[in-house]
Amino acid sequence: MSQNTDNTPGTADDFQGLVADWSADKETFAMPWGKLMMWIFLLGDTFIFGIFLVGYMAVRMAAVDPWPATEEIFSMTMFGHEFPLLLIAIMTFVLITSSGTMAMAVRSGYMGDRRKTVLFMAITALLGLTFLGMQAYEWATLIFNYDIRPWGNPFGAEQFGAVFFMITGFHGLHVLGGVIYLTIIARRVHKGVYENKGYSIVEITGLYWHFVDLVWVFIFAFFYLL
Amino acid sequence: MTHVAIADQPEEEEHHPTSFIAKYIWSQDHKVIAIQYTIVAMFVGLVALVLSGFMRLQLGFPDTFSFINPNTYLQFMTMHGMIMVIYLLTALLLGGFGNYLIPLMVGTRDMVFPYLNMLSFWMYFLSVLVLLASFFVPGGPTGAGWTLYPPQAILQGTPGADWGIVFMIASLAIFIIAFTMGGLNYVTTILQARTHGMTLMRMPLTLWGIFTASLMGLLAFPALLVSAIMLGLDLLAGTSFFMPALVSLGEQLDHTGGSPLLFQHLFWFFGHPEVYIVALPAFGMVSDVLSTHARKNIFGYRMMVWAIVIIAGLSFIVWAHHMYVSGMNLNFGFFFATTTLIIAVPTALKVYNWVLTLWRGNIHLNTPMLFAIGFIFTFTHGGLSGLFLGNVIVDVPLADTYFVVAHFHMVMGVSTVMVLFAAIYHWYPLVTGRMLHEGMGKIHFWLTFLGTYAVFLPMHYLGFLGVPRRYFSMGDTAFMPESAQTLNASISVFAIIVMVIQVIFLVNLVWSLKNGPRAPRNPWGATSLEWQTPVMPPAHGNWGHALPRVHRWAYDYSVPGAAEDFIPQNVPQEGSGRPDDGGQEEVKA
Ligand code: HEM
Ligand SMILES: [Cu+2]
Repeated sequence: MSQNTDNTPGTADDFQGLVADWSADKETFAMPWGKLMMWIFLLGDTFIFGIFLVGYMAVRMAAVDPWPATEEIFSMTMFGHEFPLLLIAIMTFVLITSSGTMAMAVRSGYMGDRRKTVLFMAITALLGLTFLGMQAYEWATLIFNYDIRPWGNPFGAEQFGAVFFMITGFHGLHVLGGVIYLTIIARRVHKGVYENKGYSIVEITGLYWHFVDLVWVFIFAFFYLL
Repeated sequence: MTHVAIADQPEEEEHHPTSFIAKYIWSQDHKVIAIQYTIVAMFVGLVALVLSGFMRLQLGFPDTFSFINPNTYLQFMTMHGMIMVIYLLTALLLGGFGNYLIPLMVGTRDMVFPYLNMLSFWMYFLSVLVLLASFFVPGGPTGAGWTLYPPQAILQGTPGADWGIVFMIASLAIFIIAFTMGGLNYVTTILQARTHGMTLMRMPLTLWGIFTASLMGLLAFPALLVSAIMLGLDLLAGTSFFMPALVSLGEQLDHTGGSPLLFQHLFWFFGHPEVYIVALPAFGMVSDVLSTHARKNIFGYRMMVWAIVIIAGLSFIVWAHHMYVSGMNLNFGFFFATTTLIIAVPTALKVYNWVLTLWRGNIHLNTPMLFAIGFIFTFTHGGLSGLFLGNVIVDVPLADTYFVVAHFHMVMGVSTVMVLFAAIYHWYPLVTGRMLHEGMGKIHFWLTFLGTYAVFLPMHYLGFLGVPRRYFSMGDTAFMPESAQTLNASISVFAIIVMVIQVIFLVNLVWSLKNGPRAPRNPWGATSLEWQTPVMPPAHGNWGHALPRVHRWAYDYSVPGAAEDFIPQNVPQEGSGRPDDGGQEEVKA
C-alpha cells in the first residue's frame, strides 16, 4: 500500500506537520493507542491534582487562624541537630531516583532485554515502596509527636492537617497504585507476554510513574517551601 | 518494532463469544455495552420522572398527598435533578449512544480497550445501585438539592444528612470512575482507530459532539471528584474545608474557617461544562438527523465543528454565572457575564445552521425529524432565557425563582430529551432491525412537544411573579396572586399527562421489537458508515472480513447528477463528489 507522505502522522515537525497530523486519516498521533490513552488519562489526573492544589490555596487564604509555621513541623532531629526538611529531601531524592531507574527499564524494554527490564522495574517498585514507608513514618511523626489531626492541631489553622493529609494521601495512593501496576507489568514482562506485542507497555507504565514523580515536585513546593 | 495504525493492522482470527454470559452479560462488545447502558439509564430516568410527578402533585394540589412532606419533597427534588443530569443524560448520551456509534461511525471493530469499556458499564451499574440504595437507608436520600451545597448538605436538619449524603457522594465517585473508563475509550478510539480515508474533518457531527463532550468530561469531572472528596471529609472526618464556624440547632459546631464559596466554585467548574457534556452530543446527533431527513448536507460543516470546539473551550470559563447571588466578588460578575454572552455566539450560529439546513430541503416529516425540529424550538427558547439570566442585573431578581427552573428545563432538560427521542427513533432500526411504529411515534411527539410547552412556558411567568424554586409550598404570600396556584395546578395536570404519554413510547419500543416491520437496509438512506455494515444489525466485529474505506464526507445528500439522493461515505469518488468535502484527495493505492 502506498503512503502519501504528507498524510503520515508524526513525520513533519513544523506547524504544517501539526496540521498534517490532525487532518490525517486512520490516526491522529503516531503512537500506540495505549500510550495516547495514558496521556489523556494523565491530563485528567493533572486536573485532579491541579484542583486539589488550587483548593489548598483557597482554603489557606480563607482560614481564619494563622497558618502553622511549617519549617518547624517538617524538620527532623538527628544527632541532636535540627535538620529542616531532611526527611522530605530524602523522600524526594528516592522518588526522583526511581524515575531514573524507570527510564532505564523503558530503554532495556525497547532493546529487547527482558531480564534487565524486569530488574529495573523491580528496583523502581522497591524505591516506590521505600518512599511510601518514609511517608508513613512522616505521617506517624506528625500525628503522634506533633498531634496534628485533620480536624485540628496545636499550631494554628486546622485546615493545615486536613489539606496535608488529603493531598499527600491522595498522592501516596497514586504511588501505591503505581507500585502495583509496575509489579503486574513486570511479572507479565517476565513471562514473555510482550515478546510479540512489543514493549511499549513499559513506556506507558513509565509515563504514569514519571507523572507521579512530577506531581510530587509540585506538592513538595506547595507544602514544604511555601 | 515500528508502530502500525489500528486500521492497518492485519486481521486477526476473530473469536466470537458463544456462551450467553460472555455475549450478553460480561460482554466486551461495544454494541452490547451500549444497550446495557441504555436500558439502565432509561430505567433510572423513569424513576426520576416519577419523582418529578410526585413534586408536581404537591405543587399543583398542596397537602392532598400525605407521603409528600417538606422533607420528602426536597429528597425527591434532589434525586430527580441528580439522576436526570448525571445518571440519565450523561450515561445515555455517552455510554449509550457513544458506545454504539463511535466504532461504527469511524469504521472500526470495537473500542480500543474493550475490557475497560466493559468495566465502565459495570461501575456505572454499581453507582446506580448505590444511588438507589440511598432510598432505603435510615433517613432516606439526601435532600440537599442536586448542587449539594455545604454547609446545609451535611448539617443535621437537612433530610438524609446521616446516610443519604454519604451514599450520594459514594455513588458520584463511582460514577466518575466509570465515566473515566468509558471516556478514555471514546476519545482514544476516535483519535486512533479511524478507518482508511476517515479524516477528522470527514466525521459525522455526532462524533464531533461525542468526542468533545467526552474530553470535556475527563477534564470537568475531576472538579466534582475533588469537591466530593472534600465534602465527604468535612462530613466524616470533621475537617473544615467548606464549613465555617457556625451554630446549628442551638449548638456551636466543631468547624472553623472553611469556605462554602469554594465548594460552589468547584462544583460549578464541573457543573457548567456538564451542561455542555450533555448538550454537545445532542447537538451532534440532531445535526445528523436533520441533515439525513432533509436530504441536504449540513449547512456549514466546518463552522459547526469549530462551534462545538469553541463552545467546549469557553464553557470552562463561564461557571460563576451560577453564583451571581452567592456573595462572591462583584468584579467576577462582570467577567463571567461577558464570557457567558460570548458563548451565545457560536451557539446561535449552530441554531442558524440547523435552520439553514432545513431551508429548501426535501423534508421528510417522520418521527425522528419531528423531534429534531422540536429540539430547535425548545433549544432556542431555553437559549433565549439564558441570555437574560447571563446578565447579572437581570439574574439577581430572577435567581432561585421558577424562571430559572423554566430556563434549565427548556435548554438542557426538554431539548436534550427531544434529541434523545429523535436519536432513538432514528437509530432503533439499526440496533434492532425493526422499524418503530410511526403512528405511535407521531402521537408521542405531538403530545410530548405540546405538553412540555404547557408545563414549562408558564413557569417563566411564575418566575416573574417571584415564586421561589425548591419550595414545598407557596403558603400565604401576599405578593403572589391567587391565580398563581391555579396556574400551578394546570402545570401539574399537563406534567402528569406528559408522563403518562411516555408509556406510548415504552410500549412502542417493546412492541416493535417483535412486531415492528422489518427494517430495510439503510432505511433512511443515510450516508454515514454505521448504516453500511455487511449485515444489519451489525454483527460482532461490525465489518465482516475487511474494514470499510471512506472516500467522502458524511453529508453527500442530493448531489446533482448522482443516481440516488445520497452517496454513502464508502462509495469511491467518481467525479460526483462535492469538492469541499473537507478531506484530502483520495490516495490511490
Ligand atoms: C416532564 C418532565 C419534568 C418535570 C415535570 C420536572 C419537574 C421538576 C420539578 C417540579 C422540579 C423542582 C423544582 C423546585 O421545586 O425547585 C425539578 C427540578 C429539577 N429538574 Fe426537572 N422535571 C422534568 C424533567 C427534567 C429533565 C429531563 C431534567 C434534565 C436535565 C431535569 C432536571 C432538573 C434539575 C437539575 C432540577 C433541579 C433540582 C434542584 O433544584 O436541586 N428535569 N424538575
Ligand atoms: Cu452554566
